[in-house]
This record gives sequence, structure tokens and C-alpha cells, in this order.
Amino acid sequence: MDFFELLAFGDTGWGDEMLKGALMTVLVSISAMAIGLFVSVFGTMSKMSNNGFVRGIGNTYTTIVRGIPELLVIYLLYFGLNNAVMGIAKGVFAYDQYIELPVFLVAAIAVGLISGAYSTEVIRGAFLAVPKGQVEAAKSVGMNKFLIFHRVLVPQVLRYALPGLGNVWQLTLKDTALIMVTGLVEIMRQAHIGAGSTHEPFVFYITAALLYLVLTTVSSQALNSAENWANKGVRRA
Amino acid sequence: MAISDYYFQMCDALPGREGLLNFNLMCDNLPVLLKGVPLTLELVFISLSLGFCLAIGVALMRISSSRTLNMIARSYVFYFRGTPLLVQIFLIYYGLAQFEAVRESFLWPFFREAYWCGILALMLNTGAYTAEIIRGGLQSVPFGQIESARAMGMSGVLLYRRIIFPIAFRQALPAYGNEMILMVKGTSLVSTVTLMEVTGIARYIIAKYWTPVEIFLIAGVIYLVLNFLVTRLVKYLELRFTPYLQHPK
Amino acid sequence: MANALEIKHLVKSFGDLEVIKDVSLTANQGDVICIIGSSGSGKSTLLRCINLLETPNSGEVWVNGELIKMGLDKKGQPQPTDHSQVDRIRTKLAMVFQSFNLWSHMTVLKNVIEAPIHVQKINKTEATKQGLELLAKVGITEKANQYPSSLSGGQQQRVAIARALAINPDILLFDEPTSSLDPELVGEVLKVMKSLAEEGRTMIVVTHEMGFAREVASKVVFLHNGHIEEQGTPDEVFNSPKSERLKQFLASSLEG
Repeated sequence: MDFFELLAFGDTGWGDEMLKGALMTVLVSISAMAIGLFVSVFGTMSKMSNNGFVRGIGNTYTTIVRGIPELLVIYLLYFGLNNAVMGIAKGVFAYDQYIELPVFLVAAIAVGLISGAYSTEVIRGAFLAVPKGQVEAAKSVGMNKFLIFHRVLVPQVLRYALPGLGNVWQLTLKDTALIMVTGLVEIMRQAHIGAGSTHEPFVFYITAALLYLVLTTVSSQALNSAENWANKGVRRA
Repeated sequence: MAISDYYFQMCDALPGREGLLNFNLMCDNLPVLLKGVPLTLELVFISLSLGFCLAIGVALMRISSSRTLNMIARSYVFYFRGTPLLVQIFLIYYGLAQFEAVRESFLWPFFREAYWCGILALMLNTGAYTAEIIRGGLQSVPFGQIESARAMGMSGVLLYRRIIFPIAFRQALPAYGNEMILMVKGTSLVSTVTLMEVTGIARYIIAKYWTPVEIFLIAGVIYLVLNFLVTRLVKYLELRFTPYLQHPK
Repeated sequence: MANALEIKHLVKSFGDLEVIKDVSLTANQGDVICIIGSSGSGKSTLLRCINLLETPNSGEVWVNGELIKMGLDKKGQPQPTDHSQVDRIRTKLAMVFQSFNLWSHMTVLKNVIEAPIHVQKINKTEATKQGLELLAKVGITEKANQYPSSLSGGQQQRVAIARALAINPDILLFDEPTSSLDPELVGEVLKVMKSLAEEGRTMIVVTHEMGFAREVASKVVFLHNGHIEEQGTPDEVFNSPKSERLKQFLASSLEG
């Protein structure tokens, strides 16, 4: 079978399976990015806290998750999260039954924790980049802390954080390839299955590469537009 | 008694299967995992070196005035930064083997070996990222400092050697330090194509004893130590080359 | 004896915008020429055409009786035909920049001895000795082993002057040397420049510091819209300006 026959849609070809894999990749990436952003809010708050112990927690989290290979993070959560959740359920809720988390959830949490560590660094950097004068000006017109936070700080932090978060998104998208070890059928897993079945690994892995290229290219175009929108009214170098 | 006997005696004192984690097992297997460190370091060192040389060439192609060279360089960087490292490894190790032309060629002894496939994939990957780091460094050299050098009669190779490269190197150092850490982590992916570096050995032990969490935790600690050492090295280089950027004591 | 510097009918455009429209200027040895004018009059561009940091579209630049050879490049744009001539001539024309442009990766002393050692091939011991003398002359010896980033603006500019002197130039070019400085630091730099003028150095200074021009210049040139509107001794230009525009310019600079 040649390249195009292999990738046809329908029963004989793998085209639709590969696209379904791509859809799964996108779904896992979005979920992971969302989980990561949620975690990074706490991560940033912790790292910017005045309390040394709280700062320590945040620093430990980002140092460890960014210091060990993503593959290990995924393996650890894949094998360990079930037991951890069961342990908590037993200890806190006295729930004795066997819990099995859906693979999608485990995968999203694993990549989400990795994504969150990098997002934390980006958002923290963005906070530090907002000129002090902005907050001082807000104080001088009588704004309270809450107003300052969501009318002055957050919009500016988002503007500074956007390029960095764009990078984190690209990282997250590519890290989902490692999810294949959990058995979840995203692009890599599907390509692996197809390659094993047809003994044409090159075709499948090239297709996988092309799918990733499409996803990353579309993402970077979208991010460019977002950056231009966010920077309207700002003179850039 | 030998040192190793002392070590294993100490391990036996730790809680085993009955506890939350089997520390006994973790302790016992640490030496086994450490056996993978030389291969990890070898992969890191060779890929970074070859990748760096490649990156210089690519960066020069990128800033050259030839449109063809520029296109080739841009496509290379686009591909290797736009796809996951895992795909790149699989394509070289599994994908190339599919073609008879490759199997018959004089390069087959290389492509047959997971070791060389791994190095090739890592090298091409870091080459693309490093090329962009180098290009960024070159472009961030303040134009005024180049002008004042020209105004003193410097040009060509002298200008690059004394002014442009030294400043570009210093600007790129933090970003390259980050790339070195990413390479250390990247070596763990070659365990998926049978190489026995740290992660590869970890998977092997787990297949035997089925204690994934404990073994992967130890493997994680090993990587943390390696990356800590890399970070220290980069901080030392930053101190040595840009003493004027350090925070005042 | 050839003139130190001769500019004949210089024209420079950036795209459609003609910035220098037919300027001719002569400098004899020992002259201190101050070029004044409003922003956009083309002062800096004129100076930068002398050492070819900008390439004139037409006209001639003669340094010590030597003409800088010009031709056209592949796209029809003007460019110097002999780059080694340009490098050589640049070592006779040292420039001091508005933003100092000291090399950030080298200490103060290394900045000063860099060109003598690597461009003029002077041996290191001699260059270092000369460099330390120059640093003493501008009053900054104690900072010799520090990096530029730890110096104030005025200190950095004085180092830049020492660096320019180190290559033993025939003509010193100053491109608004004090415009980036805080007011209280301007004085220390002008003091050094004054002493250089008193030594008899040939200097061409683009500046807004009217007091300096009045005291030190042998000739003042008023540039407006790319033309030399008026020129003469400081007394002539400042006390009896003839053109309307020069009068307006002087009036507005006094208010500032």
C-alpha cells in the first residue's frame, strides 16, 4: 500500500484514526494547559509570598517538576496517582473501594503539572515586569487593593505574560506525545499502533510529525494575533 | 567487609514493603540506576557538542544574505522546533530502517544502532534550538558598541572575534544553560528505543520487580542532582564572564 | 600643507529625504569647529559621513590630503570602494558618541587599549602604559579595572574620550558628547574637552552646549535643513548673527 492508500479515510485507511488521534492530542493539551494555569496561580502566589515556608513549597514544586524528565513525571503519576487518590479516599473519607482514574484525567494532570511549573515562572516574571509606577499611580487616585489588582495589574500582567505563555502552550502540545506510554490514543500512540500493524513506521511517524507541525504552526499564528491585540497602544522596539 | 556491604546493610535498616514506600528497595537499587549515569552524560556531552557546531553553521546561514541558505536553515529550525523530540527519535530509529536503500548503504551500521540514532536525534534537536539562541545572541549585541568598534578601524573577522562574538556569548549564556538542562532531560527519551541510560535501566528494574513509583522516584532524584550540577556550572560561567551583571553583595 | 579635513559638496539622503544638501567645510590643524543647529538639521549625519558611519550619496571627503574612494554597489547605492582604506583612515579620526558605546564585556583599561593593540598592532606593555596615562589625564585612573556598567555617565564619557585619544588620531569627532548626561555631569566632560582644545587638537564637535562653543571654538557652523546657514568665529555667530533663522535658534536655545 502506498502513502495515500494507507492514510485514506474509512475502513481500509488510517487517515481518520490519525485525525482522531490529533483531536485527542488537542483535547489533552487544552486540558493540561488549563490545569497548568490553575496550578500556576497558586504557584505564583506561593513564590511571591512573604512567608518563607510557603515560598519553599512553590520553589520546590517548580524546581522538581522542571528538573526531572517529563517522561518520569508522566510515569510517576500514571503509576502513582491511583494509589495516592485511593490512599486519600481511605484516610479522609474512609472510602475503601478500588478507584481507577480515567487515563485521560491522569494524562491531563501529569502534563498539567509540568505545564503549570513553567507557567508559574512566566506569570511570576510578568508580575515583576509591571513597572512599580503603575501601581503607585493607582494608589494615588485612591484605588483599593482589589480594584488595583483587577483593573491595573491583571491586564498588564497578561500582556507581559502572553509571549511566555505562548511558549508554554507549544511545550505542552509537544509534551503530550509522551502520553503514549499511558496507552491513551493520541497522535503518537496511534502512529505506533499503525506502524506496528502495517510495518510502515516511516509513513506513520512522518504523518505524526506533519500533524504536530500543523498544530504548532496554527498555534503560533494565533499567538501572534493575540500578541498584536494585547499590545495595541504600546510602542514596541 | 567492603564498603558495598556496609551500604547494603544500611539499606536493610530502612522500612521495606510494609511502609508507605519501599525505601529498602529504593536504597538497594540506587547503585544499579547510577550505572546508567555514564551513558546519560555521554549522550548529553556528545549531542551538545555536535549540536553546537551544527548550530553555528545554521545560525550563520540564517543571517547570511543568500536566500537559499536562509530558507534551508529556517526549514530545519521550523521542523525540529515544531515537532516533539519523541517523533524525531522514532523517525530516525524506526522510520529509516524501513527503507532498503538505508539498510544497504554504508551508513547502516550506524542507523542500526539505537545509540547512534539517539545521538543523531538529540544532536539535530538541540542544533535547531541552539541556532536560534545563537542568532538571538548575535542580534542582541548593542549596535552602538559595534559602531564604536568600526569607528576605531575594526572590521571583518577582528570585529567579530573581539567584539560581536564575546558579547553575543554573554547574552546567550542563560538561554543556553536552559538548553543544557533540556538536553539532560531529553536523554531519558532514548530509553524508549532500548538504550540503557538511567531511565532505560529504571524501566528494566520495574519490569522485574514491579515497583514503579519507588524506582522512578530514585531515577528522578538522580536527574535532579545532574541538573543541579548543570545549573551550578552555568552560574559559575555567568560569574566568570559577566561579573558586572551579578547582584551587588 | 594639506588641510586636516576637507569636505566638498557633500549630499546625503535617507530614501527620499535629503538630509544634507551640498555642504562644504574645511578644517585646518588645531581648529576647533563647533556645529550647532536644531534637531533634524543634519548635524550628526554630517559628522558620521566624515568617518563613513554613514555613506554620502555624493561629494568628497579628504582626510589629511587623502580622498576616500567612493563607488557604487550592486544595487546602485554609494559605497566606499576600498575598505582597508576606510579602516586606516578611521584610525586617524576618533569619534566620541552621545551614548558612549563602551564595550560592556571589557574593563575600562581594556576598552582603552583594545584598538591600539588589535588594530594598530602596538605591543601590549606600551599600549597599557599609554592607556594608564590617558586615564590619568581624564581623571579616572582609579576605575581602570572596573566594568563600564558600574560607572556614571560622565565617567563613561571620559573613558570614551581616553579611548579615542589612545589611537593617536589627527582629528577628534564628538557627536553630541554631553546630550545624554545629567546636568551635573556635563561639566566634567566639557572640562576634559576644553583641555584637549587648549593642547591644540583638531576637533569637530556637534553640540548643544553654547557656552562651550563660545569659549572654545575657533569656528562655529550653524546648520539648518542640511545647509550651512551661517558660519564664523564665535564672536560673529553669537554676538552678531546675520540670518533670521540663526537669530531664532539662538533665542530659543537661551530660553531652554
